Amino acid sequence: MMLDRIVSRPAELDQSGSANSLSRRGFLQAGAAAGGGLLLSMRLPFANRDAEAADDFAPNAFVRIERNGQIVLIMPYVEMGQGTYTSIPMLIAEELEVDLQQVQLEHAPPNEKLYANPLLGVQATGNSNAIRAAWQPLRQAGATARTMLVAAAAKRWNVDPASCRAQSGEVSHATSGRRSTYGELAADAARLPVPENVALKRPENFELIGTPAKRLDTPAKVNGTAVYGIDVRPPGMKIATLAQSPVFGGRVKNVNDAAAKAVKGVRQIVRLDDAVAVVADHMGAAKKGLAALKIEWDDGPHAKLDTNAIIGELEKATLNAGAVAQNIGDVEMAMAGAATKVEATYRVPFLAHAPMEPMNCTVHVRKDGCEIWVGSQAVARVQAAAAKAADRPLDKVVVHNHLIGGGFGRRLEADGAIRAVEIAKHVDGPVKVVWTREEDIQHDMYRPVFFDRVSAGLDAKGMPVAWSNRFAGSSILARWLPPAFNNGLDPDTTEGAIDLVYAIPNLHVEYVRVEPPGIPTAFWRSVGPSHNVFVTESFMDELAAAAKQDPVAYRRALLDKSPRAQAVLEIAADKAGWGRPLPGRVGRGISVQHAFATYMAHVAEVEVSKDGAVRVRRVVCAVDCGTVVNPDTVQAQIQSAVIFGITAALHGEITLKDGRVEQTNFDTYQMLRMNEAPEIEVHIVRSSEPPGGMGEAGTSAIVPAVANAIFAATGKRLRKMPVDATALKQPG
Amino acid sequence: MPFTIKVNDNAHSVDVDGDTPLLWVLRDVLGMTGTKFGCGMALCGACTVHVDGIAVRSCITPVDSIGTSAITTIEAIGATAAGAKIQRAWLDREVPQCGYCQSGQIMSASALLASNPRPTDSDIDDAMSGNICRCGTYVRIREAIKQAAQSTGQGG
Repeated sequence: MMLDRIVSRPAELDQSGSANSLSRRGFLQAGAAAGGGLLLSMRLPFANRDAEAADDFAPNAFVRIERNGQIVLIMPYVEMGQGTYTSIPMLIAEELEVDLQQVQLEHAPPNEKLYANPLLGVQATGNSNAIRAAWQPLRQAGATARTMLVAAAAKRWNVDPASCRAQSGEVSHATSGRRSTYGELAADAARLPVPENVALKRPENFELIGTPAKRLDTPAKVNGTAVYGIDVRPPGMKIATLAQSPVFGGRVKNVNDAAAKAVKGVRQIVRLDDAVAVVADHMGAAKKGLAALKIEWDDGPHAKLDTNAIIGELEKATLNAGAVAQNIGDVEMAMAGAATKVEATYRVPFLAHAPMEPMNCTVHVRKDGCEIWVGSQAVARVQAAAAKAADRPLDKVVVHNHLIGGGFGRRLEADGAIRAVEIAKHVDGPVKVVWTREEDIQHDMYRPVFFDRVSAGLDAKGMPVAWSNRFAGSSILARWLPPAFNNGLDPDTTEGAIDLVYAIPNLHVEYVRVEPPGIPTAFWRSVGPSHNVFVTESFMDELAAAAKQDPVAYRRALLDKSPRAQAVLEIAADKAGWGRPLPGRVGRGISVQHAFATYMAHVAEVEVSKDGAVRVRRVVCAVDCGTVVNPDTVQAQIQSAVIFGITAALHGEITLKDGRVEQTNFDTYQMLRMNEAPEIEVHIVRSSEPPGGMGEAGTSAIVPAVANAIFAATGKRLRKMPVDATALKQPG
Repeated sequence: MPFTIKVNDNAHSVDVDGDTPLLWVLRDVLGMTGTKFGCGMALCGACTVHVDGIAVRSCITPVDSIGTSAITTIEAIGATAAGAKIQRAWLDREVPQCGYCQSGQIMSASALLASNPRPTDSDIDDAMSGNICRCGTYVRIREAIKQAAQSTGQGG
């Protein structure tokens, strides 16, 4: 079984190895590892910041070459289905000249300072950036370690290092026939200085990067042995489920728990300010007990809240000036001189994450500390939140992280851990708090609603000379990472609305932050672009229609200065058979996107039935994500992201009535299913650019392609998501 | 009153209310966590097991309804010919992503293949549309079922 290669390691790292050398660029340090191997410590550099002075050295990733030849990579990223536990080891194995099977990945323990994600600034896996952050430093580390191991061998044999060769975890000297394993050389290598300059392989010499390496976590996921957070069973554990105030901000007024306590297997009822939990021997008893509880709620200030009121506030907010996210040229003047003006408003709904593994967290609060078992995208955040909730010192809170049964942004939040700690404080021994699907959907933290007011001015030929967009909605970063919110702006909320790939001479984009009352918001797969790309690519389609031009030809004409975007557009259109005739009520739609440092174009082919039902028949995606580390993973992530995006476009909407989320389970919050899944074709552009992010890009990019295809099929422009089938009914 | 149920050829005595769903008996009482909880209402298929070879949703199957029927779970499906072929194909096609729904997908697909060795696309739609995959692995699930149907060996 290979799951043992993915080890969660809550214990403190042994950093007793004495560091004896530091590379000039100050991000790599080498020394002896505990047990006599070679330890390389790296600091993955922060984006937009040069490597800091060497005396600040604070490593956040480690490579340990043990005396038995095992390569251990300690990384702060988590596996949630995106394949990162396979693609990250590929980077080090490539330069170190070891087989992928020789690399074991250990999960970093929570330590915000040590393991901060260089692109996020906190210890978290999100925003499609694990590969982007690790690409350069991990290859550099691999090459450095290889160079030191070769130098150690050459010194031992008294030969020129250039006459030695490293391969498959061994150094050999051809003329003398001598060879030594990395394990045998590790201790010697640790005493050598770190080389100042090591050459990285040229892309044409990659042997591993770019190959469809088998994922290391697959076997355990097909035989039922993979352990997710929800599967843990510490000895003596009880199982709890809960009801939280159906209105956000409400309180428990009264609980009658007599019937619940009488249920066989129910051990305890825990009453909190705003939730009630039933603790039992098993989830069956806990759920039965929950159903038997009679809870009266004080709904609090949001008792009458309604989604339409929230959207109304956003719409109003777009009438006032916001923070200027981008300004190019003079939109006002260009608009005044335009031959045609096109205006529209767009909106997107609240969305739940609904990962297949419902929210859960297991906690044992002890007098002197707290132990947590969970699957989290942000383990240090869980640790900090749990320490506060349990009122225990941070270093007494141990977090065991596990495989994640779907993250999509939901597991970047610590609310589930806080809730579990609040309950566990009342329970003697460990308790696993499992949310029902209803609680999971009704107490999610949601992709925010947005309202957009866009306009454009076209010249006499129909080409855009001015583009204006003012949109209102929640800033998640302002709450999640306050330092990232500056002057009324954050880089996530505006991604996809600014820095358009198209050459438009005058452009003005403003953002108005409006936090909806009574409903929490959070990151959702494809984050800012999940909203912005729907708007910009739908509106671009509107401009092509206003100019009476073909949507692909129109975009092509605006992409002269963006050859990578133009290339994916051409490939997607060509492979999809753009322009070939289609039957009635079938249409193709295009979208082009540059987000997460990846270029992508989609063609969606949809069929709209007489009663307005939409079926996406086929999707063709062309992607340029720079250097491809694992093409099979790239394909899988696009297949995945496309389904996720179509699910949202066709079915996704969370609404509030009387302060309550109206959707409850997969009957009212529907998922795309096998019989609705389109064919998906993925075409990957060969590139030697640095890798772009792959986990999310397909989700934001597919939504406007579907909306544009519906327009092509029916002539109906959909300016709000999800698709409203009644608006698409064939008249008569 | 304790119930005796037969899971993967082993008899287990469990002392729970008769209306307790089989899912919780498997996961929480017997500690067999390969079978997953997704919705509790037979809407997602994550909890699929076989009862006498038929795919059923264990989250709505009361333990007192099982009687002497044989329950098979993901932990033992590899011992069946169809299950072994399906698991092999799942590995070959790299189907799982987060993997959480895959126990249920494999149980549904194994039941399909055992009863219908050459399923058409429409058969696959019928058998598999009750299983949600939030990671969207449907394209590969379809390919893997077809590959398993074409394989002649005894599987992995």
